[in-house]
Amino acid sequence: MTKVTMKINGKEVSGEVEGRTLLATFLREDLHMTGTHIGCDTSQCGACVVHVNGKAVKSCTMFAAEAEGADVATIEGQANADGSLNVIQQAFQDHHGLQCGFCTPGMVMSAAALLKENPKPTESEVRAYLEGNICRCTGYHNIVKAIMAASGQDVSAIAAE
Amino acid sequence: MYAFDIERPKSVADAVAALGTEDAMPLGGGQTLIPTLKQRLASPAKLVSLTGVEEMVGVSTDHGMLRIGGATTHATVAAEAASSFPGLAGLASHIGDPAVRNRGTIGGSLANNDPAACYPAAALGTGATIITSNREIAADDYFEGMFTTALHEGEVITAVSFPIPEKANYQKFLQPASRFALVGVFVAKYSDGVRVAVTGASNNGVFRWEEAEAALSADFSADAISGLSVSADDMISDLHGDAAYRAHLVKVMTGRAVTAAA
Ligand SMILES: Cc1cc2nc3c(=O)[nH]c(=O)nc-3n(C[C@H](O)[C@H](O)[C@H](O)COP(=O)(O)OP(=O)(O)OC[C@H]3O[C@@H](n4cnc5c(N)ncnc54)[C@H](O)[C@@H]3O)c2cc1C
Ligand code: FES
Ligand code: FES
Repeated sequence: MTKVTMKINGKEVSGEVEGRTLLATFLREDLHMTGTHIGCDTSQCGACVVHVNGKAVKSCTMFAAEAEGADVATIEGQANADGSLNVIQQAFQDHHGLQCGFCTPGMVMSAAALLKENPKPTESEVRAYLEGNICRCTGYHNIVKAIMAASGQDVSAIAAE
Repeated sequence: MYAFDIERPKSVADAVAALGTEDAMPLGGGQTLIPTLKQRLASPAKLVSLTGVEEMVGVSTDHGMLRIGGATTHATVAAEAASSFPGLAGLASHIGDPAVRNRGTIGGSLANNDPAACYPAAALGTGATIITSNREIAADDYFEGMFTTALHEGEVITAVSFPIPEKANYQKFLQPASRFALVGVFVAKYSDGVRVAVTGASNNGVFRWEEAEAALSADFSADAISGLSVSADDMISDLHGDAAYRAHLVKVMTGRAVTAAA
């Protein structure tokens, strides 16, 4: 076991991990931060997306030891300081961007990374950016719409399907 | 996963030393190796993480060459090679998805030499040099078939040096489930000739299509290859596409790459 220390949602956190402990396992099983979901555990679905030093990564495909000293952001840190939903989360609610909600933490974290890089993406840019995030419920349409709305763009012309 | 230790050296010398012990393996971005470990298809005693080795990260140009550190992520190549070598940056920007590109590295991709991976086509299609911890290997001597390369145990890809072409383009026919190439073709035009490298198609891994190189060196247009055909012998056949389909795609994607580059 080795000791790791990282900042998670702005707070310094330490723990003892094995070499093989995944970042996702450290978050969920050691820190009980179960907002980060494991959908596939094979790097395909994106339910486990978190940010490490500002970049979206699949936390099921990175070891906790590799996050030593890093700044990690998870879904638990996304809400506004007063506990209300942030603009992306609120847009998912307003535009029905989720059904079962299993993919949602990863979708929100990917959307946040996209909007930081590209504050006004086109619809096809949103779809391309979500290539690694799989949703079994929504058909993606309302997720794309929610992200477009969160970026401040008018989505009234995007018909519901 | 079986248990193992992780070391995070800061220099190539320390990485090579750490790899000197039995059953040690390099860890790049882990986008291939971690899924492999989960399936228990590898059982290293120690992983030596290369992503913290600063001398192995970065993109630079010098005298018509583009040098990429072996631990540089696909996302960094997509951003930093965009002005000097757009054909290569374009390839990097379409590997997998954004999260994969934020972790996966060029060294890991070339060391793994997946028969459907993108970077092998760029390395062979430009005649790049693979720079390791103890030697330099020409791309023509480096790829030895599916998942096989000239690398020795414990040898680390520290950088890759690409001669920057006059024109280049990579066309990937996407296998949408894996996001790898069903067939991918890299075409590069230099003052002394054209190189064409094909990934995803052959049971022997990435290869050069020499007939097309000769035709395109004489006339750099999609028409120049219209009379050529690719043999389906030795092409990969699976549920996504049979050998004849892949052979056909090689020609189609080569034509598209030439048109996009010209
Ligand atoms: C969902 C998904 C989609 C993908 N899509 C594509 C795609 O479209 N095209 C594509 O080309 N690839 C694709 N990949 C693979 C991806 O590009 C990997 O990042 C890459 O193949 C391996 O690089 P890595 O840095 O992650 O290496 P790792 O997984 O860490 O290592 C792979 C192998 O290389 C060795 N190694 C790593 N670095 C070095 C080094 N510097 N020197 C020597 N040996 C080293 C390791 O020991 C291991 O054997 C995809 C992966 C995933 C998960
Ligand atoms: S759980 Fe990590 S990508 Fe699916
Ligand atoms: S809302 Fe159910 S998987 Fe996306």
